[in-house]
Amino acid sequence: MNLNSSRAARVGSGKTRAQSIEPWVAIIGGGALAIYGLSRKSLAGAALAALGAYGAVAGARRGTLNNVAIHVQKTFTIDRPAQELYNFWRDFENLPRFMKHLKSVSKKSDRTSHWVAYGPMGVPIEWDAELVDERAGEYLVWRSLPGSIVSNRGSVEFRPATNRSGTEVTVALTYHNPVGKVGAAFAKMLGREPELQVREDLRRFKALMETGEIPTVIGQSEGPRSASVRLMHSMKEPEATQRVRKGPRQVEAPKLQPQFTGTGTGGTR
Amino acid sequence: MKALCWYGKHDVRVESVPDPVILNPHDCIVKITCSAICGSDLHLYDGYIPTMEAGDILGHEFMGEIVEVGPEVKKRKVGDRVVVPFTIACGNCFYCKQQLWSLCDNSNPNAHIAEALYGYSGSGLFGYSHMYGGYAGGQAQYVRVPFADVGPLKIESDLKDPQLLFLSDIFPTGYMAAENCNIKPGDVVAVWGCGPVGQFAIRSAKLLGAGKVIGIDRVPERLQMAQDGGAEVLDYSRTHDLIEALKELTGGRGPDSCIDAVGMEAHGNSIDWYSDRAKQALGISFDRPFALRQCIQACRKGGTVSVPGVYGGFLDNFPFGAAFGKGLTFRMGQTNMHKYMPQLLERIQKGEIDPSFVITHRLGLQQAPQGYDTFLKKQENCIKIVLDPWATGGTA
Repeated sequence: MNLNSSRAARVGSGKTRAQSIEPWVAIIGGGALAIYGLSRKSLAGAALAALGAYGAVAGARRGTLNNVAIHVQKTFTIDRPAQELYNFWRDFENLPRFMKHLKSVSKKSDRTSHWVAYGPMGVPIEWDAELVDERAGEYLVWRSLPGSIVSNRGSVEFRPATNRSGTEVTVALTYHNPVGKVGAAFAKMLGREPELQVREDLRRFKALMETGEIPTVIGQSEGPRSASVRLMHSMKEPEATQRVRKGPRQVEAPKLQPQFTGTGTGGTR
Repeated sequence: MKALCWYGKHDVRVESVPDPVILNPHDCIVKITCSAICGSDLHLYDGYIPTMEAGDILGHEFMGEIVEVGPEVKKRKVGDRVVVPFTIACGNCFYCKQQLWSLCDNSNPNAHIAEALYGYSGSGLFGYSHMYGGYAGGQAQYVRVPFADVGPLKIESDLKDPQLLFLSDIFPTGYMAAENCNIKPGDVVAVWGCGPVGQFAIRSAKLLGAGKVIGIDRVPERLQMAQDGGAEVLDYSRTHDLIEALKELTGGRGPDSCIDAVGMEAHGNSIDWYSDRAKQALGISFDRPFALRQCIQACRKGGTVSVPGVYGGFLDNFPFGAAFGKGLTFRMGQTNMHKYMPQLLERIQKGEIDPSFVITHRLGLQQAPQGYDTFLKKQENCIKIVLDPWATGGTA
């Protein structure tokens, strides 16, 4: 595989720039409405916020599911050397530590791996992937192998930042041609908030690489919550709330250190 | 344990809640020996800060003793006596390395909310809405503190809690406000709002070499405290034209720097104040920037407006023309706590200042809800309330 074709792969299967920008109109409009709604701090405000959020989501979806492909690209600057970030990513088994929809990735050979994602209704979705192209300290390109239930392709590029220390990291992910009902449901699930998902994954990657942990408040002390607040939380963090209810939570600590588990169950001191 | 929880506008309650636990490897748990109610807590109490949720634990000014540390904590130890900064910072990101600790990239788990509102997110804060991370606060018996090696300042002197507590917020906040004025020897600094932050701004301006500091408020005991701190004072409620009065006090030039230690809930007595108030009540606008407008109007040409007061959203009738016409400099933001805490501890240890002067009320945590009400209404000459989480009736 030569560099030119991999570059094309990285910018998203030949999609034009305009195609990937168009849904943003709805996303931004909806987002603005959501922010205004939030600012009202009332039931009506909450409704506005929800409506706005729906608009943003619908906007994100329109641009994607119609042509049965979801393409997302996000960039963060991370204050670590490119080579270090590359090395961490090159070990694909690390990805579930900061990619929330992934349950596990296990290595099959140096260039192939088996991926398990949280699918709709908790049904895991699995596929095999191969490393398509790489240049040490600069980029990685991977894609699912033919026959996968959700055909996907991803890339990550590491560029030294120009005016400061650190590395500009760009992640691009494309999902297309889901197979069967489960595949379609998975694509739909990803399509709900694809921008948000990749952005938050990348934000977690940054925190993990810069500090060795991912900030969280899940499992902290809180006063009695009303049913509506609890419902709002469970909508925001379905896996997380379940995890807390079942007992001591697993902490998202990097595997660089021994796996770390919270020390208590929140009993009375 | 017992903790003060927010349930809505003018509704805070002391509840029994689960004890905090270590959630991340760099966390520690602090047993709180002394806590306080901050003026900025009143913005929450009045319901002006968005993204609060019923059941959130408040409080961001506290100190105590470390009782548990996460597996990756290296410097801090169980038993350390610490003051905890209200801003949470990782110590490793670009901003922390630039000493811009309150802009930390990695401490706000809800950065996306702040990003949607502000473009980019600042650091997480204790007990100050989900937009700032939703961290449980320290008006409680215990608190979980992330990045234990970065934030908590270890105290090795035998100074008493009330002398040290305000290193957690208001002393560094007032100090940064004064430092942001870039004071040259003899400068005139005017301070709007003689609440706790204003009091520390007044004293810090003096420490930094200001020739004259003018404190502006309407509450007699606050003006008295400002005067005790070395300020000349102006009671705006008895002053026909504040801008003119300031001109007369500054040789016709205007103050070299103006500090807005009031923020989004300013009080006033002019037509634009009533208009701000109405708009805020209707939810049309977040903020009442009355003090800020006066700062801009009063400031001398080429002067600095420094804003430690908290603002949340959009400002109406902002006199940007005056700011532009006079070539003003604006400095603002949450306090870069970690930069100031060690040097201010040193000033306290040297006896240059005893921050406990600002305390007017000492309550048990159980009395905190009444404390909020008293503080809001400025009853009983209330300026600063300190809370003892372990006072009788305070055990879980």
